[in-house]
Amino acid sequence: MFAVLRDLIRYNIEFAIGLVLVGIVVVFASLSFFAPVDPSLIYMTIPDQPPSPQFWFGTNSRGQDMFWQLSAAFRNSLVFGITVAVLSRIISITVGLLSGYVGGWVDRVLMFINDIFVAVPIFPVLVLFYFVLRNNLDSLTLALIMACFGWPFDARLIRSVALGLKHREFTRHATFAGMSTRKILLEEHLPYVMPIVFSTFMNNMLWSIGLEVTLAVLGFTNINNPTIGTVLYWANSHSAMVVGVWWWIVIPVILIVMTFLGLFLLAISMNEYIDPRSRLRRMGA
Amino acid sequence: MNGYLWFVGKRALQLLAVVFFGVSATFFVTHLSPISPVEAALGRMTARSNFAPEAIAAMREALTEMYGVNEPLLSQYVNFWMRLFRGDLGPSLLAFPTPAMDLVMRAMPWTVGLLVLSTIITFIVGNILGGLAGYSQNNKFFKAFGIISMGLQPIPYYIVAFILLIIFGFLWPVLPISGGFAMNVTPGWTWPFISSVLQHAILPSMSLVLVGFGGWFLGMRALVSNVVTEDYVTYAELAGVRRHTIVSGYVMRNALVPQLTALAMTLGGVFSGTVITEQVFNYPGLGSLLIDAVNAGDYSLVLAVSTISVAAVAIAIFVVDLLYPLLDPRVRAE
Repeated sequence: MFAVLRDLIRYNIEFAIGLVLVGIVVVFASLSFFAPVDPSLIYMTIPDQPPSPQFWFGTNSRGQDMFWQLSAAFRNSLVFGITVAVLSRIISITVGLLSGYVGGWVDRVLMFINDIFVAVPIFPVLVLFYFVLRNNLDSLTLALIMACFGWPFDARLIRSVALGLKHREFTRHATFAGMSTRKILLEEHLPYVMPIVFSTFMNNMLWSIGLEVTLAVLGFTNINNPTIGTVLYWANSHSAMVVGVWWWIVIPVILIVMTFLGLFLLAISMNEYIDPRSRLRRMGA
Repeated sequence: MNGYLWFVGKRALQLLAVVFFGVSATFFVTHLSPISPVEAALGRMTARSNFAPEAIAAMREALTEMYGVNEPLLSQYVNFWMRLFRGDLGPSLLAFPTPAMDLVMRAMPWTVGLLVLSTIITFIVGNILGGLAGYSQNNKFFKAFGIISMGLQPIPYYIVAFILLIIFGFLWPVLPISGGFAMNVTPGWTWPFISSVLQHAILPSMSLVLVGFGGWFLGMRALVSNVVTEDYVTYAELAGVRRHTIVSGYVMRNALVPQLTALAMTLGGVFSGTVITEQVFNYPGLGSLLIDAVNAGDYSLVLAVSTISVAAVAIAIFVVDLLYPLLDPRVRAE
């Protein structure tokens, strides 16, 4: 495990950059555990102060210290992304492995459902849920809904690997040894798809955090819960750019770009690591 | 040819299933919710005025009849499908007597135009450049290009649109940042109107292109760099086939097949991006309509926009899928 990590850092500059970027954001987000103020309270400091030694990231027009505000916002958004990714990974592993191994009509039915989910545009559906639930739409509910839409691409990917595994020698041995289907899938096949699961995990986080930002910026989530999106929502609703409180927008945007770039670089470098041909090319073999 | 018909038939069945399930889902999500459209509309209408209790009761009755919410769920569902086939989804509350469907149809060309324009630009340019980059891997220009598109690709649509808005709206105001066309021109097939429409489309489509482009470029580069190592490409090179023919006829064509599948699979996501971009630039398409409808609590309009967008995206995916056999003769021959 550590050898893999060391190789990745040494030979893959993208992985190293991604790790640094995500590392900075994660450390910044976990600082919120030591926050001296409750991030949901407003008018706690002098509003509209530019960045200074006292307020590193300035303060916003709602009288919040942007440093602690953003720290809490990134923590909430990262937790949200991880929740969606874990839940949707469970669905995609189940569907992918089952569909690839069992085959037949199970495969056809599951892939049919899969194709339907791929074709449904998610954004209008999420807006619909907000329209119906209004302020009952908290982070956990939103994560559940998004997990229900975030699995089909990856399920197909896992299925294609499982199809190959099905005809391998060890699967046949396991079957003859009398292992149950559940056991074969969990103990024999799951380790083979784990690299894909990790790389799609990052991609899924990107996707879900991006959608959450979008929904929140439009005001379609619980706007009192600090997330990356709601910080921008409040900045917009106070016309921060027009009033000249630029740090309220520019600093979050820089941090967002760092997060997304970092996660994306991790995802593609892991993807490349899975494909041995490109890994050898990179190591100069 | 028989194989092609079989393929089309299978895809058409899938299209029907997607539309059926998608539309049913929107219906049940809205109708199983605890919020009554009647009370919501009533609350909105009576909020700023003083009505007699009898008048409110009469309004409640009329609205209940209009939405048909007193009937059992199943008959509401059947009625919903019947009305959908007639293209009637009830009046919008946002612009009262106007049917919701009219508003949707008015907004539709803007969204479709933006989506088609930006998808074609990103897909064609991204694939051609990606293909060339994959073929000539040591080219410095393409390497720099790869790094830039890698940096742009993961950023959410909203943030890119927002950054463009800040650059071209505040820092260097040269392009119109809001609306579909200038206020002082009359719509029609005249040059001032068309040029105004094009000018207003630059920023929204640019944000879509910037985000979408990288994916095609990187995907095509990876595909082509794999195809190039195939034996038949080496053989063609040894046989003295012209470079141009190898790139366009042998390499790109084979790499394009999975890219077309990818296009069909990402259309739903691109549509979501369009919806968001419209909101940022106040573009008069489906996205702005949907958001206005949600903010106004307009039940029929929200249902109409979601239903139509599910159906429209499914149809667009179907059309892209039909192109697939043209590139891959194996599907035709099956």
